[in-house]
Amino acid sequence: MIQYNRFQLDNGLIVLVHEDNATPMAVVNVLYDVGARDEDPAKTGFAHLFEHLMFGGSINIPDYDEPLRRAGGDNNAYTTNDLTNYYCQLPAANIETAFWLESDRMLSLAFSERSLAVQRKVVCEEFKEHYINKPYGDVWHKMRALAYQVHPYRWMTIGKELSHVEDATIDDVRAFFSKHYNPANAILVVAGNITTDEVKRLSEKWFGPIPSGKKYIRCIPQEPKQTEARKQLIEAEVPLDAFIKTWHMDARLDKGYYAADLISEILGGGGSSRLYQSLVKEKKLFSNLDCYHFGSMDAGLLAVEGKLVKGVSFEQVEKALHEEIEKICTTPISDNELVKVQHKTESVIAFEDMSVMSRANSLAMYELLGDASLMNTELEKYHAITAIDMLQYSQAIFRESNSNTIYYKAK
Amino acid sequence: MLNRKKQPTITDAVDFELKLKKCEQYTLHNKVPVYCLDAGIQEVVMIEWVFYAGNWYEQQNIVAATTNFLLKNGTSQKTAFQINEHFEFYGAYLNRSCYNETATITLHCLSKQVGALLPVVAELITDSVFPESELSIYKQNQKQRLEVNLKKCDFIANRLIDEYIYGIYHPYGKYTSTLDYDAIEKSALEQFFQKFYREGKCIIFAAGKLPADLDKQFENHFGSLPLQQRSIPNIQYNIQSAENKKYRIINDADGVQGAIRLARPFPNRHHPDFQKAHILNNIFGGFFGSRLMSNIREDKGYTYGIHSFIQNHMKETSWMISTEAGRDVCEATIEEVYKEMKKLCDEPIDEEELHLVRNHMIGGILGDLDGPFQLIARWKNYILNGIDENYFYTSIHNIKTTSAEELQALAQKYLQPEAFYELVVI
Repeated sequence: MIQYNRFQLDNGLIVLVHEDNATPMAVVNVLYDVGARDEDPAKTGFAHLFEHLMFGGSINIPDYDEPLRRAGGDNNAYTTNDLTNYYCQLPAANIETAFWLESDRMLSLAFSERSLAVQRKVVCEEFKEHYINKPYGDVWHKMRALAYQVHPYRWMTIGKELSHVEDATIDDVRAFFSKHYNPANAILVVAGNITTDEVKRLSEKWFGPIPSGKKYIRCIPQEPKQTEARKQLIEAEVPLDAFIKTWHMDARLDKGYYAADLISEILGGGGSSRLYQSLVKEKKLFSNLDCYHFGSMDAGLLAVEGKLVKGVSFEQVEKALHEEIEKICTTPISDNELVKVQHKTESVIAFEDMSVMSRANSLAMYELLGDASLMNTELEKYHAITAIDMLQYSQAIFRESNSNTIYYKAK
Repeated sequence: MLNRKKQPTITDAVDFELKLKKCEQYTLHNKVPVYCLDAGIQEVVMIEWVFYAGNWYEQQNIVAATTNFLLKNGTSQKTAFQINEHFEFYGAYLNRSCYNETATITLHCLSKQVGALLPVVAELITDSVFPESELSIYKQNQKQRLEVNLKKCDFIANRLIDEYIYGIYHPYGKYTSTLDYDAIEKSALEQFFQKFYREGKCIIFAAGKLPADLDKQFENHFGSLPLQQRSIPNIQYNIQSAENKKYRIINDADGVQGAIRLARPFPNRHHPDFQKAHILNNIFGGFFGSRLMSNIREDKGYTYGIHSFIQNHMKETSWMISTEAGRDVCEATIEEVYKEMKKLCDEPIDEEELHLVRNHMIGGILGDLDGPFQLIARWKNYILNGIDENYFYTSIHNIKTTSAEELQALAQKYLQPEAFYELVVI
């Protein structure tokens, strides 16, 4: 059970406080309700590029990092398709420095042309390092584009292509800031060796004076139900054939999400999972295999992905995978498997909650989903899923017409 | 009126009193040492079994890594599936890793499940049988994995730079080919297992919210095993560094980035320069605000990230700079690295920068002492390297007091371009 207090400033900023006096540290986490899904299709990768620019100086403070480090702190940030999150950790005694820094960049950036020019290059190198200069690096670019035709999940957080990042202008940066970076679109979480009263005082002092800004109303086209299987063949200079298949699944808060999460665990979570045992160990079709999903807020994808053992054909792996899918769609999982995934869930949550930073992250994420207290009811929700629920949900998603398949063939 | 231009008053992190939480130690009946740290609020534990079974002790390439990997793949009583099923049923994670001197088995689980899991760990370290069928799947899949990795410039660069410094016959410098996998035989694994696990030297580390009777459980399950029967063999390897210092390699003609590695030999942590050089390294390329990052990423935009570090080896080690940079700016990147070295040699670090780095390092350690798993990792590092908690306190003292002049002298001693091997793999 994670305890927290919640209040809201007059300008709309939501503040959550999680007190933990066992640590000498404090974490200040600022989540902005904007991700790659909010981008213009002609300017993808912008939310992430913007995250880089948030370290390029704010209106009153030329350098974000330096004063934080001087206070013994450190920081980082990440952008997903759904959100952008900034967090710093520092000795609790110096927490006011984090308020000063975070509030100033929420107030206004410096909008430096130079910082933009450099970060465009840095992000292009990041793009190359992870998605171009690696074998199979583009597979998720292709899969997203295949599985989503309408929803902005059809591009990656890094962007659809290098040119979108290269073409970003300072006017784009200004417009993006004013649309998304303000108290009305942010959640502040402070955790660690602090008191709620102190956080109230500091929030009022530093964030209180920032103009509220306009609440951004998200209006994203949802993906229509897929009615026909989609397949794509890619040939590339890679050493091995790779196979990837996805099925559309429910959004983060829907019941189906929890069922899908447990199904992916039964199919691919660990050395005793069904697909690993059957397709890697017994039939020796894949040399590695994963089954996972992204936990995305809007309707997501459940994926099975692996490299084929040399000499094995795509038809063979499809057939064997299909047999396993048939099984999970026709026979309820055993009591033993159900208890196993319940144990696993309990353990995942306990380990996740170990660090103050991850507790602060989670609180912000659940608040964004609508209510931070959801964090404390997750386990119940997982435990409420029965074998029959999983059977029914398997039948609902594992239809061929709901699937997208890529054969990534070695040239 | 709120002054947003001025940083609020801070307590200098260097004024913090840092205390390393003590680690409890006892010995099982068979002389296996146990180190325990009861801390944390979540009901979870981590237990690690460390064996002196790294590649230092193998006589044939990758026997150590393969033995370690296949510890989970069958005993005389259980199949690989049953072993995985057992741990995963309880929501536990059982991992194994092979390093140069040591190899480990690591268990992460809920505190309440420890009792169900320890007996099976004991079974793995006394009764692993390395089934032929498992070995053959392992060979096939590892060879495929290697084939994919060989397409990556960073993977190739990491292998080659170690080879240049230590030589291909040294445990720190050697690497694997598909032929090595083909050559592995079950009998070699059995022998290695017998010597270095079943009868080998073992140390147990445990941290987290520990069950009250954990000592009894350890004694029950591990105290009468045939461990600790053999002393660690005294094997010495000669370093055979490459003569040529500069290398440019094209691994992928269409590559858009180059993996750059610069490295020079460096003494290990017992050397009097080590701790202070660590501070110098921080300033040079050890964190996000380092000179290399500020110049090559934040000013030039040549790379997504550039780092320098001292390799974490027990014996000889090296000081390394590592980055992936745009193909057309690789040479310019190397030039900038040398310029930064020269600056550190020519000019003393100014007090403000040094002060910032001191605070940042102390703040980092303070954060790192927070959490049972980080704490035991620190203790493990000390114990395996034969150092004690004084090392921690001296290192804190050094961070707080090492002067700009001392750091400049260290730069002049070590950051000399001609001492560095230089490699670009595209």
